[in-house]
Amino acid sequence: MLSLEILLHSVVTGLMNGAVYALVAMGLTLIFGVLHIINFAHGSLLMVAMYGVFFAVTLLGIDPYVTIPFMMVLMYFAGYGLQRYVIGNAGQGRDTNILLITLGAAVVMDNLALYLWTGDTRQLQLDYMMAVVDLGFALIPVTRIIAFVAACALFVAMWLVIERTDFGRAMRAVAKEPFGARVVGIDVDRVYAQTMGIGTACLGAAAALLLPIFYVNPQIGNVFVLLAFTIVVLGSMGNIVGALVGGLLVGLVESVGGFFLGDRLGQVGIFVIFILILTFRPQGLFSARV
Amino acid sequence: MVRITTLALLLAAVPLFVQSNHLLGLFIGVLFSAYLAQSWNILGGLCGQFSFGHAAFFGVGLYSSLILQVDFGWPAPLALVSAAVAGAVAGLFVGFVSFRYGLRGSYFALVTLAFAEILRMTASVVSFTGAGSGKYLPTRLGIEHLQFSKSGYFYFILVLFVLVHLLVLAIQNSRLGARFAAIREDEEAASALGVDVFRYKMIAILISSAVAGVGGCFYGQYYFYTDPHIAFGAAVSIEMLLAPIIGGAGTLFGPIVGAVVLRVAAELGQSLTGGVPGFNLILYGIMVILIVRYMPDGLIGGLRRPWALMRRRPTAATG
Repeated sequence: MLSLEILLHSVVTGLMNGAVYALVAMGLTLIFGVLHIINFAHGSLLMVAMYGVFFAVTLLGIDPYVTIPFMMVLMYFAGYGLQRYVIGNAGQGRDTNILLITLGAAVVMDNLALYLWTGDTRQLQLDYMMAVVDLGFALIPVTRIIAFVAACALFVAMWLVIERTDFGRAMRAVAKEPFGARVVGIDVDRVYAQTMGIGTACLGAAAALLLPIFYVNPQIGNVFVLLAFTIVVLGSMGNIVGALVGGLLVGLVESVGGFFLGDRLGQVGIFVIFILILTFRPQGLFSARV
Repeated sequence: MVRITTLALLLAAVPLFVQSNHLLGLFIGVLFSAYLAQSWNILGGLCGQFSFGHAAFFGVGLYSSLILQVDFGWPAPLALVSAAVAGAVAGLFVGFVSFRYGLRGSYFALVTLAFAEILRMTASVVSFTGAGSGKYLPTRLGIEHLQFSKSGYFYFILVLFVLVHLLVLAIQNSRLGARFAAIREDEEAASALGVDVFRYKMIAILISSAVAGVGGCFYGQYYFYTDPHIAFGAAVSIEMLLAPIIGGAGTLFGPIVGAVVLRVAAELGQSLTGGVPGFNLILYGIMVILIVRYMPDGLIGGLRRPWALMRRRPTAATG
């Protein structure tokens, strides 16, 4: 029945999924921390990136992990453009307007994908996808391990960019005090667009890591957008380290919850956490900080 | 009041002239959309609390109405009343957990969205909703079962449509409406002036979700079927909020204008592309971005502005 080995296996799987969720959420929390907007298009941008990886693999025969740098650059420009030419232009700084614009952009992307690529669920077929690694107590697919390690590495890289570079410093300045940042000569609108670009670039990497262990269809964005929101809220909006902890926690709840309650109710557990956190501790487990 | 009555009388004559069932169905669709849009408008437009998961209340009404009729043998009119009650209970719950702790703006939008998602996932697992395969309502024609011919359904939804508009009009012209508006414009100021913000937000969500629940009941009587996606899917929530936003949130006629625009755009999109899935939603998305960009007060507000300017100009010239 409740064998310890299976439980342990679901714990490890949960943590590994959680690292990739954290990568998706990191983009979102970065955008929230700096621009103070809730980006409903985040999940849809991930979906677009996943299709990008899928077609790069199936049409061009490139290995999914090789696409990571290219996808990150492409997604950077997608996010940059979205902020510069759509959200920044049309939002006019009103919270609800921006919410509606990103929702509109999400609806357009989701249904454009449905229109172009039909509603079929697609999966990669690669020869190493069946390979497993024996950790002693659990057999873990090699694709999950790659995803976990790469996600953690990207996390560290991103953290270094924010903490150690001039660009990171400008970003933090804008997050804290946009007006003051403008006074000292920072081009705030540009930093906004760059932040959106970097947040979206995280999705390019996440897409390449997710696709070998997951699947893609036009609705996949909805699955991840709520997941990412939960993580972001759990880990305090705008807090990068919080996103990592939140991501691991959510991955754990999903897989251990699924172990006890069945796959679909494991997801319900996530949303229950989400509502509980939003109502009782909307500032999250940590304090907000970019 | 006069305008609503005139509109109702004009609409009441429609089945006398429209023989085609397809066209009558389109009218029913528009009225139904406008009804649901008005339900969202009570909370989102009048009181300024943007819900992104109004499908939760619609779906609770829809499921409770079907379950009570099919599994418990309740008469349809009673199921209609309980759909309102069930919607209101769901609304009060969501309102209580969010407003009690002062969640607003984007946070409130997220809670409502998550709530609808929880209901959708739960409904697709548990057995009393028929899980993923959905719930059917057997056909029993007759007014006591709230099942009609096509024109009968038209009058059914027309009655609901008129009632909800009279309700919104009554709210707008009352102290309740003034308090809602005060909360929408500036919560702190409203509170400083002595408005019990929590209480009036609860009243707004109570009315709004009860209206949405009745809308769910109508859907069940008209289509005889639901599944978790129809009842709680994001598409319902999005349509319910887009129509008032496009038409003009917080106005009486905005939701009607928005519903007409959306339904006609959907119909045109369908006939232009031969029913390609997703095409009308692409149009919706582009529309909402353009409207928010160029007419942040919706079509009604956008058209009212030049109209008011035109009327003011002569007086300004003479005075």
